[in-house]
Amino acid sequence: MNSSHPLLQLTLVRFREFVREPEALFWVFGFPIILAAGLGIAFRNRPADVLPVAAATPQLSASLRAEKLLDVQQLPVADAERELRNGKVVLVAEPGQNGAVTYRYDDTNPDGRSARMLADRAIERAAGRQDPVASKDTIMREPGSRYIDFLVPGLLGMNLMGSAVWGMAFGIVDARRKKLIKRLMATPMPREYYLLSFVLSRLALLVVEVGAVLGFAVLVFQVPVYGSLVALGFFCVLASMSFCALGLLIASRVQTIEAASGMTNAVMMPMWICSGVFFSAQRFPNVMQPLIKALPLTAAIDALRSNMLQGASLAQLAPETGILTAWLVVCFFVALRLFRWR
Amino acid sequence: MIVLSGAVRYGAGLLSYRKPQGDAVKPQTVLRHTGAMSSNATKAALRVRQLRKTYKDVVAVNGLDLEVRPGECFGLLGPNGAGKTTTIEICEGLTTADSGEVEVLGLTWAADAKALRQRLGIQLQETQLSDKLTVLETVKLFRSFFHQGPEAMEVIALVQLEEKANSRVGNLSGGQKQRLALACALVGEPDFLFLDEPTTGLDPQARRQLWELIEKFKLSGRTILLTTHYMDEAERLCERVAIMDHGKVIALGTPRELIASVCAEHMVEFSTGTHGHALDLSAVSAIDGIRDVQRENGSVRMQVTALHRAVPALLAELGRQSVPLTELRTHSATLEDVFVTLTGRHLRDE
Repeated sequence: MNSSHPLLQLTLVRFREFVREPEALFWVFGFPIILAAGLGIAFRNRPADVLPVAAATPQLSASLRAEKLLDVQQLPVADAERELRNGKVVLVAEPGQNGAVTYRYDDTNPDGRSARMLADRAIERAAGRQDPVASKDTIMREPGSRYIDFLVPGLLGMNLMGSAVWGMAFGIVDARRKKLIKRLMATPMPREYYLLSFVLSRLALLVVEVGAVLGFAVLVFQVPVYGSLVALGFFCVLASMSFCALGLLIASRVQTIEAASGMTNAVMMPMWICSGVFFSAQRFPNVMQPLIKALPLTAAIDALRSNMLQGASLAQLAPETGILTAWLVVCFFVALRLFRWR
Repeated sequence: MIVLSGAVRYGAGLLSYRKPQGDAVKPQTVLRHTGAMSSNATKAALRVRQLRKTYKDVVAVNGLDLEVRPGECFGLLGPNGAGKTTTIEICEGLTTADSGEVEVLGLTWAADAKALRQRLGIQLQETQLSDKLTVLETVKLFRSFFHQGPEAMEVIALVQLEEKANSRVGNLSGGQKQRLALACALVGEPDFLFLDEPTTGLDPQARRQLWELIEKFKLSGRTILLTTHYMDEAERLCERVAIMDHGKVIALGTPRELIASVCAEHMVEFSTGTHGHALDLSAVSAIDGIRDVQRENGSVRMQVTALHRAVPALLAELGRQSVPLTELRTHSATLEDVFVTLTGRHLRDE
């Protein structure tokens, strides 16, 4: 009957508008999964590389073949040096005077240095060297320390930011441009319901969105979630709300889609680069660190990463919680101050 | 403070039309009146006094006075930029005036905005409703904001969009979109309907269809304020018309009264050939029953009271002056002629 609540109707409208926009669906759901899959494949952990080396004599060649991590070719010295220059081999072993060995390699190339050590060990052992200390290797290849494990929380944070900021800014500016906000203001609709409907539809979509990306990462790449799921959910919601407030701030006065899209990109671009989506934010100079740490995306990604990969508790993530809450409160109140209802 | 029941809100009971099932009293039946105003307030559905609004250096509304009676359809007629939209948006509570008083249904925006919103139906000039929603979803959304009113499908049937109920708004024609906008204005069963240029940009058939809808609502006794720059629209729909120019009302009355007050019954226009003698207009003006003779873009325009006597006399005079007639047109005077007579400009001159 007529009992339909305005907040429910408004939220349904947001939902329908989103679902009926195929491009938006792709960017929110398809894109992060494709990105995770692509990068996961590109940076998958391969068995340790075998290093190509060249030996100038049959004796040297035989000694080197004892080392499984070297791929040995026997070549005349001139050919071997050409292959080295071309990068086909990383090291050439040739006989020196009085039974000595000469290694040619580029010492700025880590592969060259590794090959030097492996080759030297093989030749010395072949000549009868006994190692005074016995050693044993334990191989560590467990989930949680791979690139894909590092990447997934980053993508998740980036996705939370993109969908919240875009959803808010685009939805509001588009309605303002079409004079739809003004039309709604001419009805008895409570204003807070209008903004609340954006938040509610965002939260509902968040469940699907995070579920899709995380589910894919866990099922396909066995990305671990060591922390509590409740804490993970809390950070997703908190981060999404902070980004919604940021989107609201961007949308508070802008009249055209072009201006909104320019502002959104200007706000998000520095965070894509600095906040540690694809590589650790620690790589930036120390002077920039306080600034980078204060960005909401950095806080969101740090929190997600610590939760998922190190099992950090909510209490341990208090600084990140504080930063995200501060962004939420400040952006929201400034946005309400500036907001133009027409 | 006076408490009135829904049916006798306007004393004369002009709005006691309520549909059969609508005999429930509306929740907002408490009207606030302040002493001396109460006797007048019960008579006027809208009262505007000394309204002024300036945008930067443009004076949009310049000391406007207006009174709309309950149950009437009142038209604000004027060219683009006359201040019609600013006026109606101030009355709708969407724009604040620099100074002046506005009282809608005896309430003011400052004191009773919430109650007032429930009782107004508003159509804005250039709203684009969301293309991705269907007609039914759109009407349901607007319906959810009002405490009472008909079912969404009922309103859709009222504006003859039943067949389109499940179509996306983006697939509607201009006329259908305008009817949907009207439906959104009607979902709250409003006492007062504001329509800002409801037929601008529509083809003649769509305009006539919308006029028929508006006429139907008039029968139910609602008060309507509409702005338009189409004189035929105002003449057909409005009981009374205020002609606006430069932010002021320059004429007010029923369309017939306005036409009668400034014009004779008929307008005659003629053109003469460029050869032959120059026309002596003073002799034409002297003909009995002809007045207000004006030259306009190479033709001559005048008001005529008795067409059957004036036209033969005009032809005789042209013959006497040996001026050849190339064109002769006559029509009954319209609001357009009133506007031209008052301002020397046409309604749609830019």
